[in-house]
Amino acid sequence: MTLLNKSLKTLLITSLIAAPAIASAETAEEKGMRIAVEAKESDNGWQDMQANMNMILRNKLGQESIREIRMKSLEVNGDGDKSLSVFDKPRDVKGTAFLSFSHSIGADDQWLYLPKLKRVKRIASRNKSGPFMGSEFSYEDLSSFEVEKYTYKFIKEEACEGGTCNVVEQYPVDKNSGYTRRVVWLDQAEHRPWKIDFYDRKNSPLKTLTYHSYQEYKEKHWRADMMKMVNHQTGKSTDLTYGSYTFQTGLSDSDFNKNTLKRAR
Amino acid sequence: MGTSKLLLAAGLLSALPVQAETFYEMSGKVTADLRYFTQDAKFQNQDYDTNLSFTVEPEFYWEWNDGNDNLTFTPFLRIDENDSQRTHGDIRELSWVHIGDDWELRTGIRKVFWGVTEFQHLVDVINQTDAVDDFDGEDKLGQQMINLSLVRDWGIVDLYLLPGFRERTFVGDEGRLRAGLAVNDDHTTYESGAGKNHIDTAIRWSHTLGDFDLGAYWFRGTNRDPKLQAKNLNGSTVLAPYYEQMDQIGFDLQATIDSWLWKIEGIHRDTSSENYWAAQGGFEYTFYGIQESAADLGVLLEYGWDERGTDADAAIQNDLFMGARLALNDAESTEMLAGISHDIDYDSQSLIIEASRRVGDDWKISLDGRFFSSDDPADLSYSINQDDHLQLTVERYF
Repeated sequence: MTLLNKSLKTLLITSLIAAPAIASAETAEEKGMRIAVEAKESDNGWQDMQANMNMILRNKLGQESIREIRMKSLEVNGDGDKSLSVFDKPRDVKGTAFLSFSHSIGADDQWLYLPKLKRVKRIASRNKSGPFMGSEFSYEDLSSFEVEKYTYKFIKEEACEGGTCNVVEQYPVDKNSGYTRRVVWLDQAEHRPWKIDFYDRKNSPLKTLTYHSYQEYKEKHWRADMMKMVNHQTGKSTDLTYGSYTFQTGLSDSDFNKNTLKRAR
Repeated sequence: MGTSKLLLAAGLLSALPVQAETFYEMSGKVTADLRYFTQDAKFQNQDYDTNLSFTVEPEFYWEWNDGNDNLTFTPFLRIDENDSQRTHGDIRELSWVHIGDDWELRTGIRKVFWGVTEFQHLVDVINQTDAVDDFDGEDKLGQQMINLSLVRDWGIVDLYLLPGFRERTFVGDEGRLRAGLAVNDDHTTYESGAGKNHIDTAIRWSHTLGDFDLGAYWFRGTNRDPKLQAKNLNGSTVLAPYYEQMDQIGFDLQATIDSWLWKIEGIHRDTSSENYWAAQGGFEYTFYGIQESAADLGVLLEYGWDERGTDADAAIQNDLFMGARLALNDAESTEMLAGISHDIDYDSQSLIIEASRRVGDDWKISLDGRFFSSDDPADLSYSINQDDHLQLTVERYF
């Protein structure tokens, strides 16, 4: 493809996003992209958020183990979000805190606070595909959705729990992603994800994430109370439940630095 | 009438803003550790192969004023089977923190960590080492301080006023992992006329610039590392600590690039008996998801240098360190760490192996092995070359 062609295509995509009325001419890739942009835009303006996050990890034998985390997030326009998480359980990591400045393109900035040593450690963020706290959620599964992180292809429309869903394939741009692709079911009415199928680096089915009990906050922002991740290859699963969601509590940049990390607890 | 007034008062009280609420929480841990020494003791009064030890470290925490004030109290106690010096208590933390918009005031007994490297914490000088607790220097005594921390666009500035000095703890006569002569801290002396009441000061700046985290500081006050002086007491020789005054500048830098962590830290220490530079630097590289598993393998290489060379009374003067860290990233957080240090001047080595995993929700179990090899009596590690041991630790969190 020539450079000219490339820029023409970019121009075409841009104009299509700006004027969805002529969307009939769009390709499956362009339509997938447009759906992603619409989903991102429909959730814009949440500003900041606090919530409790609980995980129940289950192994093949059904044995459970618990994770309890409190988190704060700040919306950053034009880039990834900032977040601060503190672990309450398991108790041996109680007080361990995690500060992340995510970026739509390039490596995130991440720091870990170890309460026993009172030490703040900058950590490498390349580890996107690794499990979060031994769960079936990887770090990239828990990071904020940014349009630039994927390329897209619209597959089909299909009935789903949220009404009619657009089924879109998303191909991670980051070479360190653990996936070749994700297949996402997004409802047409509110742009909420209902199901994601994950395919590993060999393009074999790896995990399925389903969203349950959506609540609407500030008459605009939909959040699922529960997300279930099942690993088809290992038989393990993780239930992630969110509680005590509060939006627009007045958090700012000054709530996300190494000093707030040290006293996050 | 009286009842309704009471009800009204109760109603008003319950209607007070939530800011008036105090949040209280207690957590902590108890541990038991068993050491098994694989060789016979080198010195007198160390005639045992196993040693059992217990610790308790609760943490009490209060928070009020909508989270803008908090108080933490963390006492610590260790009971040791053989070494009466190792049976000791400390207040690790008793501190009040007040949080302003872009500043914090932290007052009381606290612990502060500075630095980036793993095998030696050269720039970390605020807290005294609790050397009797473990010989690796990671355990610290609480330090009295007033610390004002200012957050600015160009970094975080910490100002410290440190009233009162904590003496280093030392392994007693019955303890293993010590020098041939036990340290007697009843005969501690100071350069400063104020003794242990000297008020130390420090200022530190730290900042993040893209992939780089950096810090620099100036410390003025009592040197945490004592000179050990041989003294004759009633016909027997003991080592008595002597604490000098010092001016020290230090810096630390970490570059976090892809899977690499590049680290360096250095100090210049100026005392009335000597002044010198020392540095520790190296890297950590992590292989993520090795063998298509969830496990990560980190490899570490560091080098420690001291301008004084073999004249240094520090154990690390021309030493190379290699390590490997394996994290299985499983539900039990299973981890293994192996580290070898090699003293280039004395051709001595030590090997440390640590493995740990969580058991159930509230327990953690670890097995450590430490092995020393040193043939040169001038080497500081020569005195512990028969103290190879395995240590089994069981921790219960609450």
